[in-house]
Amino acid sequence: MSPELALAFSIGIPLIGTLFIALNAQYPNLREAVTLLTASCLFLTVLSLLPQVSAGDRPSLVMLEMMPGLPLALKAEPLGMLFALVASGLWIVTSIYSIGYMRGHGEQNQTRFYVCFAVALSSTMGICFAGNMLTLFVFYEALTLSTYPLVTHHGDDESRRAGRVYLGILISTSIGFLLLATLWTWVIAGTLDFTPGGILAGKADGPVIGLLLFLYMFGIGKAALMPIHRWLPAAMVAPTPVSALLHAVAVVKAGVFTVVKVIVYIFGTDTLANMTQDDWLSWVAAFTLVTASIIAMTKDNLKTRLAYSTVSQLSYIILGASLATGLGIVGSGMHIAMHAFGKITLFFCAGAIMVAAHRTEISQMDGLGRIMPFTFFAFLIGSLSVIGLPPLGGAWSKWYLMLGAAEADKIVFVVILMISSLLNVAYLLPVVARGFFARARPDAHGAEGHAHAPASAGAAATPGEHRGHAEGGIHEAPACCLIAMAVTSAGCVLLFFYAERIVDLLAPIAGIR
Amino acid sequence: MIAAHLPALQVVVPLILAPACMLVRLRDAAWGVALAASWASLAIAWLLLQQVLASGPISYHLGNWAPPIGIEYRVDELSAFVLLIVSGIGAVVMPFARESVRAEFGTRRVYMFYTCYLLCLTGLLGIAITGDAFNLFVFLEISSLSSYVLIAMGRNRRALTASYQYLVMGTIGATFYVIGIGLLYAETGTLNMADLASRIAEQPGSRSIGVAFGFIVIGLSLKLALFPLHLWLPNAYTYAPSMVSAFLAATATKVALYALLRMVYTVFESDLTLGLVPMYAMFLGLALFAMFAASTVAIFQNNLKRMLAYSSVAQIGYMILGLSYINVTGLTATIVHMFNHAMIKGGMFLALGCCMYRLGSVHIRDLAGLGRTMPLTAAALVAGGLGLIGVPLTAGFISKWYLVLGAIERGWWPVAVLIMLSSLLAVAYVWRMVEAMYFTPPPETVPEGMDTRLSMLIPTWVLIGASLYFGVQTELTVGVARDAATALLGMPR
Amino acid sequence: MSDLINTVLGLYNYWIVIFLMMCGFYIVVAHDNLIKKLVGLNIFQASVFVLYITFGKVSGGTAPILGEAFHVYSNPLPHVLILTAIVVGVATTALGLALVVRINEAYGTIEDDEIHSQDDEP
Repeated sequence: MSPELALAFSIGIPLIGTLFIALNAQYPNLREAVTLLTASCLFLTVLSLLPQVSAGDRPSLVMLEMMPGLPLALKAEPLGMLFALVASGLWIVTSIYSIGYMRGHGEQNQTRFYVCFAVALSSTMGICFAGNMLTLFVFYEALTLSTYPLVTHHGDDESRRAGRVYLGILISTSIGFLLLATLWTWVIAGTLDFTPGGILAGKADGPVIGLLLFLYMFGIGKAALMPIHRWLPAAMVAPTPVSALLHAVAVVKAGVFTVVKVIVYIFGTDTLANMTQDDWLSWVAAFTLVTASIIAMTKDNLKTRLAYSTVSQLSYIILGASLATGLGIVGSGMHIAMHAFGKITLFFCAGAIMVAAHRTEISQMDGLGRIMPFTFFAFLIGSLSVIGLPPLGGAWSKWYLMLGAAEADKIVFVVILMISSLLNVAYLLPVVARGFFARARPDAHGAEGHAHAPASAGAAATPGEHRGHAEGGIHEAPACCLIAMAVTSAGCVLLFFYAERIVDLLAPIAGIR
Repeated sequence: MIAAHLPALQVVVPLILAPACMLVRLRDAAWGVALAASWASLAIAWLLLQQVLASGPISYHLGNWAPPIGIEYRVDELSAFVLLIVSGIGAVVMPFARESVRAEFGTRRVYMFYTCYLLCLTGLLGIAITGDAFNLFVFLEISSLSSYVLIAMGRNRRALTASYQYLVMGTIGATFYVIGIGLLYAETGTLNMADLASRIAEQPGSRSIGVAFGFIVIGLSLKLALFPLHLWLPNAYTYAPSMVSAFLAATATKVALYALLRMVYTVFESDLTLGLVPMYAMFLGLALFAMFAASTVAIFQNNLKRMLAYSSVAQIGYMILGLSYINVTGLTATIVHMFNHAMIKGGMFLALGCCMYRLGSVHIRDLAGLGRTMPLTAAALVAGGLGLIGVPLTAGFISKWYLVLGAIERGWWPVAVLIMLSSLLAVAYVWRMVEAMYFTPPPETVPEGMDTRLSMLIPTWVLIGASLYFGVQTELTVGVARDAATALLGMPR
Repeated sequence: MSDLINTVLGLYNYWIVIFLMMCGFYIVVAHDNLIKKLVGLNIFQASVFVLYITFGKVSGGTAPILGEAFHVYSNPLPHVLILTAIVVGVATTALGLALVVRINEAYGTIEDDEIHSQDDEP
């Protein structure tokens, strides 16, 4: 397959997949098989691009000329390559997980779920391989709209409200700021093509660059910089596979990926590094990553806690990019992959706990580790990776981020990164500790749990069931869920040993080596 | 031979077939005649556009009387484009009309309905094609009188008062226009637009011409429902039969806007620099008001047809906004949006027509659960709504892109920001509709069966499909609009 | 002073036009009765007819007849235009009256405020 064809197929395969998924609505097994097949095909297609991109080729493809001088164009480059590999690879795992979760949970409208999922992945691929800002914007909006039905999947009042927040924030920031910034860039630079070194380099002066940077950073709502992070916790009403793949990987990473892209290819790291007042972005990111960690500690609902953790981790990536140093960019790019594996594992575990034990609140999870040891072990691995301890992938990305901060002579951010790691420990490990070491008091906690979260879907279990779990020894989630968790936690470990590959891939855009 | 007479045929075909409708009297035969006339008009408009693109503007002398004495039909890119919009919408809504009209209008004297429709089509096409200022008035009145009748045919008795209100305001608008033309004639002694332009250029700063300009602008603004002269529009579109709402919403205001563009840029062009600049500040202010006020009102409407009507007033604001920039990009945005909005709004009104046919109501309460009971119609409403917001890959995005681009080129930052903000109001009213359709359970009394008749769904989706297609393929729309805009501003290609 | 008188009296048809126009406009806006509104609309239109005929008139001119004896004649074009406008006006009035008849059938009144109050009730 020629690289150009592979680019087109990476968008097309999920779309073709939707057709067959919809056609097989009556046959769940066939439908899920199609999803898996589609995901695998997509991953192989993306993988086939890797050798060329590593070798320094930049295959590109113009899909159509949308407006004079403004085509919808695709182009494979290292950062997008990495993101595409992560997203498409994890889609396979998530599809396996979804089968277990959606059936185990008895969800409605499963066909719509799989269709929207595939469309969202197609949009994600479009974002990964976007050759210019317009293409990126188009797929960015497509991703927002295609994930809306997933967020509001349950169709009740709670998800309707969450959907409003989700759509309201994402659409208003993207139309209000991002589109404006894109148009302004087009007027100033006369092009929107992603060009190494930045298209704004030398074409605009300080204040304009500063204002544009502001518009871009707060226009990319998916990057969840505070104060526009509210949509992410709101999106947690969605079924867990959605939270796992989309709101820990595809959607949020699309946001920070866009941030990195904009900084590297629109502004150019040199332009930003020479700016005097560019510090504010680093500070906003630093503020977000600390504050979100602190908020995460206060949340009792596991998924909400993970969501705030994601908000915090996204800001690592923005912080790395805003440092505008080569090592910082590498750290950011790497963290996209590392955090993806870590966080998806955590969400898988949260979903597994919901399916198997029907618990959503952390305070209900005392002693649950002894009933679901595998799940809690996976949770431990994911947590350690997010915290950044060797031998797990997260260690490398934090290492590079800190190197980047040191390279930029901003030691204060090194300190902030360290503090945040400690906060990570404080909000993630207690979950594991409760699971393994706290004594289970099923009666009291079953009732208490109901009082805490009457609205959450998982809390529907009766106290009787809880007792059953406590007495019945090991009771894990469906096998599909376990396989998925095993794969992603193994991924966390493997990434520690293969981190060098990622550095090699990203080196050209970061200008190191 | 026939090709040379296409400009005349464009108007004559529907004009002759209108009484023919009346003569055949049979319901379906009248419909057939109207359908044939609409499709023939579309074919002629398409051929004219091709001719114009290939070999420049066409000047057709009616009855071989040379202008400026005789009436001239003049087809350039802009008028050919508007002809295409009008006849295209006409051709698409006609197949829809058959069932819809039978359901909403009953079976008595249906042929009269088609007669009026064809007259309205004639008038609208005539406005777009004529190069004579007074002839334009005649066509304006042909289209207006027939549209008063069409609106009055709505089932609700409020259609009558809506039509009456429109009649009074429309007549005042048309009379203002005639006063303006009269003053121009007194001052220049000609009615031919090209001739008028050159003679106005010879008398810079004439006060009579300034007054004439004012009368003409206000008269046409009434016709195109420029805020705050839009009062007739919401009621008229709400209570008219579905097919009429779709047809008029997509064409009538666009054609009046065309007339305004023609007058402002072709006839008074040379006066742009001579003290009339405040006029553009006025356009700018009113356009912004329209965008915000009308969109805000739209959010609170429970009758969806009324909601779309207010949305139309807001969208007209966008078009006027582009006009106020006085640069090529702004005018391109105006002209492109005329086309794109026609597709989007026409499609959405047709979708509401489907609801009216199946459920007998377009109240937001009665559309509960439409996503289940009429999935295709609901999807059409959503796709159209996304177009109104200006989401990428819909035609609305293209319009908005050029509109903002024009503002930035002009250096009008606040305007660019305001355009973005007003899009968010569109999100609010569109999402209100989406939530009603997808998040509330359908009532139990919905008739059995899937969606509605194909003869109604297909036209709806043709327009909605066009609005999506022209969101990615802009060669025709933006290409022609840009050429037309450069020509209007008198700039070299 | 005499200049002023000349302006006022010499241009008397224009004053009439303006008076009629404002009269008609006022009636349309101020009256609630739908028939009276139509009457106002007619007066409004009539003022425009007078306006057109006024500037067709050439002082000392005759009717536009081709012949040896006539050299100065009025401009016939405004008359032609205004014939068209009159036809349009008649059509508008007819349609307006038809609508009023239908409104009367539907509401039992032709007073604007009463119609509004009926519409607001349900």
